[in-house]
Amino acid sequence: MTAAPLLTVEGLTLDFGRHRAVDGLSFTIARGETLALVGESGSGKSATALAIMRLIERDGGTIAGGRILLAGDPPTDLAALPDPAMRRIRGNRISMIFQEPMTALNPVMPLGRQVEEVLRLHDGLDAAAARAAARAAFERVRIPEAARRLDQFPHELSGGLRQRVMIAMALACRPELLIADEPTTALDVTTQAEILALIRQLQAELGMSVLFITHDMGVVAEIARHMVVLRHGRKEEDGPVAEVFARPRAAYTRMLMAAAPRLGAGAPAAPQPLPPPVLEAEGLAVRFPLGRSLIPSQARFHHAVNGVSLTVRRGETLGLVGESGCGKSTVARALLRLIEPDEGSVRLLGTELVGLGSGALRALRRQAQIVFQDPFASLNPRLPVADLVTEPAAIHGTVPPAERRALAVELLGRVGLEPAAADRYPHQFSGGQRQRICIARALSVRPALIVADEPVSALDVSVARQITDLMARLQAEDGLAFLFISHDIAVVERVSHRIAVMYAGQIVETGPTGAVLRNPLHPYTRRLLAAVPVPDPAGHGRRPALPPAPPHPHLLLRRGEAPDRWPLVEAAPGHFVAQGQPAEGGAGAAAQAPAPRQRTPATA
Amino acid sequence: MLRYALRTLARMAVTFLVIVTLVFFATRISGNPLDFILADGLTSEDRAILIRYYELDRSWWHQYLAFLRGFWDGQFGLSFIERRPVGTIVLERLWPTAQLLLSAMALTLALALPLGILAAMHRDRWIGSAVMTLAFLGYAVPNFVLAVFLILIFAYWLNWLPVVGNATAWHFILPTLTLASGLVAALTRFTRNAMLDVLGQDFMRTARAKGLSERAVILRHGLRNAGITILSVVGLQVAGLAAAGSVVVESIFAWPGIGELLVRSAIRRDYPVLQFGVLTVAFAVIVINALIDLAYAWADPRLRQRGA
Repeated sequence: MTAAPLLTVEGLTLDFGRHRAVDGLSFTIARGETLALVGESGSGKSATALAIMRLIERDGGTIAGGRILLAGDPPTDLAALPDPAMRRIRGNRISMIFQEPMTALNPVMPLGRQVEEVLRLHDGLDAAAARAAARAAFERVRIPEAARRLDQFPHELSGGLRQRVMIAMALACRPELLIADEPTTALDVTTQAEILALIRQLQAELGMSVLFITHDMGVVAEIARHMVVLRHGRKEEDGPVAEVFARPRAAYTRMLMAAAPRLGAGAPAAPQPLPPPVLEAEGLAVRFPLGRSLIPSQARFHHAVNGVSLTVRRGETLGLVGESGCGKSTVARALLRLIEPDEGSVRLLGTELVGLGSGALRALRRQAQIVFQDPFASLNPRLPVADLVTEPAAIHGTVPPAERRALAVELLGRVGLEPAAADRYPHQFSGGQRQRICIARALSVRPALIVADEPVSALDVSVARQITDLMARLQAEDGLAFLFISHDIAVVERVSHRIAVMYAGQIVETGPTGAVLRNPLHPYTRRLLAAVPVPDPAGHGRRPALPPAPPHPHLLLRRGEAPDRWPLVEAAPGHFVAQGQPAEGGAGAAAQAPAPRQRTPATA
Repeated sequence: MLRYALRTLARMAVTFLVIVTLVFFATRISGNPLDFILADGLTSEDRAILIRYYELDRSWWHQYLAFLRGFWDGQFGLSFIERRPVGTIVLERLWPTAQLLLSAMALTLALALPLGILAAMHRDRWIGSAVMTLAFLGYAVPNFVLAVFLILIFAYWLNWLPVVGNATAWHFILPTLTLASGLVAALTRFTRNAMLDVLGQDFMRTARAKGLSERAVILRHGLRNAGITILSVVGLQVAGLAAAGSVVVESIFAWPGIGELLVRSAIRRDYPVLQFGVLTVAFAVIVINALIDLAYAWADPRLRQRGA
């Protein structure tokens, strides 16, 4: 490290009440350099960021010891700085972007005003100059149609654009240090790739330092030169990223790296010979009416799912991948008739579900259970775990009341929890344990199929690994079929025998996991794969540009209109790819220029 | 926004028709007006004439339709007692009530918003508890009890303030204080809760991370967001509370407003006045609610654009 340090943290100790969140942490950030602060939840990485911003007192924390020295003559100790002086540094010399672009912007203030506010505060610009500067800030972060966006509100923008606005706001006063607290965790993988590239470019343009907080080893390798690994508030290891990746010294670092899903690490082999299908869907379509119109022909529909066909066999996991808004969760709900499909058929164990009466449907629902993403929201906090995990069985009458407890203990044992867990309440468990409880609940009725909608997306990597291992074990034991829905293609690879890639409400490519990932045929699959961060610092900065998103039909249509459907063509045994205007054959072909989106009225 | 406005208008019309119907039947159930008038020394012949004149011998259904027809024609009937058109009687009472409500509302907003914000910002300190204790007291003490104390202290013992009527600005002080006390309590509590919700939001942390002062964070970012929720409650609850409270307060201070008129007409079973008075109040409340609904939709960009 040759450059002079911009920020030096010495023996930083942070308390929340009597809980010590960070204990004696020291690191330095050089000028123009990116330092990654890596750790799982509870490691104290966000607390450290908030301490540097001196926002930690707001959240009930205190700086119990240590110094935070910001370069200068003489250096300033931020840990001891009074608030008025600190306010001149916040948003000016040090600024911060947060994880949730959806909630981090004021919903009732125009975006331009939110950026102008910083400029007027720190640079003393007048209204007209601030507006011009805000527009320039938007253009710097490559927000299209910057002038128009100034007067828009946060809800009118996608997650990726909102995070760009956040970055524009943070960089408006050209800070010396940008703190990015998991800035891409809430974003799709392709959006993440774009935001990471943007932060790298801006860093080069502005010469600023970046403190990048993340749990994702792939992101670390992509963005940082140096890294600090944190666990329970203590530093486990630090050093140049290349060295730590090549020769991790701490056992914890090695565990983190092993747990991180790695694209190309191999998928489970498909069961042979082909077992019988558990779930078969054909031509599934779901559309949502948008608002109401007095004139029926003017009513508009959002076509969320458009002609999806898939099969899940006994003992098999089908991975459904795609970005937020592609319709994958809608597919999951339509398959179980939690929402009514508008078209198509769904057969569960040979019985057609669409049009089935409510009594017969309820009996059949026993065979298909669902596990949701958020293990905090999907468990009733007022019921003991014994009641929670046996509730489906009680509803379906498969367990006499006297035996519920025994069943609960058995189920908890199967998902690796102690019998004593039965008498406790959800809030007494960690996220991973709660997801185990959710799985135990699904198992209570001995279903043939479990639909898991982003089951590990809210969990730490090491915990996520345990959950996917658990699912694989349950599958081997009972021949369970899984429909595993995720935006994280590397996790999907680890668990899925076959994979289906969804884009704009349709499946654009499907086949054995290995075949699809090694030889992606559809441009969208290639884009998705190219966006996945690679936990290999050797590729640092040499990543090729992300291919553009292929065009797709309009999804917002009048009554009677329907989007074009791409026919699936078998390219190799069991490997299908959508044909039609966006598709083109051959791996590694150059990305095509985005064509204008087309809208095609149905032949009504 | 236009569609939203049209829908609000349609909802108003339906609500009003329901209220008209309810008021009509509720007044019929409460007793015969002629029992009261008879006490003034009417003979049974006079009584028969009156019954025929007001069509009290016809079925309720007939009376109801006649009532609706009269409404449509702008004929609201004559007061049983004063023998004047009810429209005139009610309308001359409208302005004093509006004055009283407006001054109570102004006082409420001026006190409750700062107090609520203060209580939210210092919720774990004595100042927060003090504000909330005051608000609790304001809730707990009925306004007629408060009125009695205010009259005792400021009119009877100190002899500083007048208590009957609305002749001068001095006359406004005690009724306004009485009416506002409950409203301040309700709105302070609500402002505090709305503000507490907002204080925990991510965008408040963003605002602080910009280097804004706490004052700017609270007023520019916090109040703007809390204000939208507060607005909805001002419309629904506070306007309702104010209307109900004015009946009590006007009676106590002999305020020549609509509340006092309603009480008197109810006692005398002066149906036409009572009906028209209640309907006027209902109409006013509906209109105010609709206006606040629209203001609410306009203040929240997420709603403003959805209805467009």
